[in-house]
Amino acid sequence: MFRIGLPVAAAALALTAYSTTPAAAAECDIIPIGAAISLTGKYATNGYHTQNGYEFAIKKIAENGGVQVGDKCYNFKVTYYDDESKGDRGATLAERLINQDGKQFMLGPYSSGLTKAIAPVTEKYGIPMVEAEGASRSLFNKGYKYLFAVLSTSEQYLASAITLAAEMAEKEGKDPKDIKVAVAVENDPFSLDIRAGVLEDAGRYGMQIVVDEKLPRDLSDMTAILTKVKLVKPDVLIVSGHSKGAATAVRQIGEQNVSVPMVAITHCEAADVVGNFPDFAENVLCSTQWAETLTYEDPIFGTAANYEQEFKQAYPEYKEKTVPYQTAQASAAVYVFKDAFERAGTLEKDAVRDAIAETKLSTFYGNIEFSNAGNNIAKPMVLRQIQNGKYKVVAPSEFASDELVWPRQ
Amino acid sequence: MDQILFNLGLLVEFPIVNLKIIIDGLLIGALFALAAYGLALVWGVMNVKNLAQGDFVIAGGYVAWYLAGLGLPPLLGVPIAFVVMWGIGWIAYKLVISRVIERDLFTSLLATFGLAIMMAQIMNLLFGSDTQTLDLGYQTLYFADGLIDVPIAKLIGVSMATALAVAVIIFMKRSRMGQAIRATAQDSRAARVMGIDTEKVYAFTFSLNSAICGAAGAIIVMVWVIQPFYGITYSVRSFVIVTAAGLGNLPGVIAAGLGIGAAEQYGSHIFGIGYQQAIAVLLLLIVLLVKLMLQRRKRQVLQ
Repeated sequence: MFRIGLPVAAAALALTAYSTTPAAAAECDIIPIGAAISLTGKYATNGYHTQNGYEFAIKKIAENGGVQVGDKCYNFKVTYYDDESKGDRGATLAERLINQDGKQFMLGPYSSGLTKAIAPVTEKYGIPMVEAEGASRSLFNKGYKYLFAVLSTSEQYLASAITLAAEMAEKEGKDPKDIKVAVAVENDPFSLDIRAGVLEDAGRYGMQIVVDEKLPRDLSDMTAILTKVKLVKPDVLIVSGHSKGAATAVRQIGEQNVSVPMVAITHCEAADVVGNFPDFAENVLCSTQWAETLTYEDPIFGTAANYEQEFKQAYPEYKEKTVPYQTAQASAAVYVFKDAFERAGTLEKDAVRDAIAETKLSTFYGNIEFSNAGNNIAKPMVLRQIQNGKYKVVAPSEFASDELVWPRQ
Repeated sequence: MDQILFNLGLLVEFPIVNLKIIIDGLLIGALFALAAYGLALVWGVMNVKNLAQGDFVIAGGYVAWYLAGLGLPPLLGVPIAFVVMWGIGWIAYKLVISRVIERDLFTSLLATFGLAIMMAQIMNLLFGSDTQTLDLGYQTLYFADGLIDVPIAKLIGVSMATALAVAVIIFMKRSRMGQAIRATAQDSRAARVMGIDTEKVYAFTFSLNSAICGAAGAIIVMVWVIQPFYGITYSVRSFVIVTAAGLGNLPGVIAAGLGIGAAEQYGSHIFGIGYQQAIAVLLLLIVLLVKLMLQRRKRQVLQ
């Protein structure tokens, strides 16, 4: 359509461009990027969240003058292939994107599993990949040089609850050493990562671990653990077992009237604990990568709240829901590429890789700075507490919107 | 080891906890016993080892959950799940089970295993893979300084399970159909000679089993959580209980169910919750060993 009515379209574009942004996106060249993403299969829902996050960021960057490399301007264009939520398919598609389509840069797939399958391929060809959806810490002990992740790794998911408990103890004039911690996590790699992070942080404060149990995969009853919790009276109870663990824990903590000053769990939203157990869920702490109430901001997306609002305008299907953090971190990954290209001043992939490694960026999603292993070490995990049926950010304290209710009622 | 000693110490230090563990165990065991009773019936009457037992339980749970979502009172879900699952059981019998009754052990095992996979995947497609539960909003009763807690929802669930079990027992003892089922279980050929339509008895038995499972599932969704792939938990427990109690031994099934519930709770308190299922299987091994030793001197014709 643009080709046929070129003069008219160009004139119209120029007009609108003048009224909105100074640099018209249409004048810019293209930087091609490849991505294998789950558009069908078990990860399809989150795959779409990720893709929408990428596309929204590309659009916002184009509207804000594109990517300035040297004195030329560029826009991103992503070629997506559907990996069907399967690792082997993801690896094949990554080969195809790099070898046949000649992509020099990659955005990550959805989930740790898919990232684990694709990272060896991008590593082999020395293709920089910024990923936003793979949190397993096993991704960052393989010595990968071309893999960068904007999100917090899984062992951080509930570790901030330990810091928070230590802060509370100090506020009350107690020694964090006297804090007793109970941990019950499912026996799977993701939850064991979480447990490792909690134990490490608790160890740093010298806290005592009084209960440390691994839940079997098909267990839907925690009464035995909770009875023990009632007897040893810990100050912090950590539970992670996907949505089943969240639902079972919240329900049975309520039924057994277990009064622990702090209860921190994962997957609150997926298990819809507020909808299912409105009374029992009160004051439970839930971990999340990002929340729209955080006070982070940047020049492209504005504040976190602004991001949410504009994203909902662009994608009306999210109107009734809160924008998932999967989308926000996908957008942040694209932003990392923009920043790195501009600092590198070239499209040469190794120069861009080095620029990504030196990223120091404040974004609406949080700060981004990569360790040598490629994970983001500048963004803390966010803890939200359920207060009056709403998720309120309570940690980290410098970005919190509300005070922590401690002890939990 | 330290952990185990510490846990044992807790039991001594707070003796009341023993009571709490037993109560919890009995409440769980009652529901295991219900599902196991259905299995004992099918196993005994038709000699079909139904590996899809747990999936019938979960399906019943989804029926109750779905109806509650439409606004029906959750307790009504139990009788409705009983009826709906009766129908599904009958269909499953006509489609699959009736073709494998006369076949050998492995055919029926494979067929019901396939049925289990099919049911789990269909539920996954229909209801999604999220965990579901119903909260009745009832209070919890507390005793002994709050150390013992009995959620009223659990009490209601167990009462319904008991009522159902009693009803089934009376039905088996008194009704014509109950007599026919027992006769078929004893000797199906003789029963046929005596004019019992064994085909009808089989269909009835399997549907009844499915309905009992459905009711158990409807209770479970009110007390715990369900998910399309949790059926195997209940299948395993049912097999353990029936094997331990022996076929056609109804009081035995109930006692074994309650006992396994309590033993699991004790085991998971002492050794850690990760070993809960291991306790059930260990108990089965012990029972089988003891049985084997007792039967060594008994000579019997192979059937």
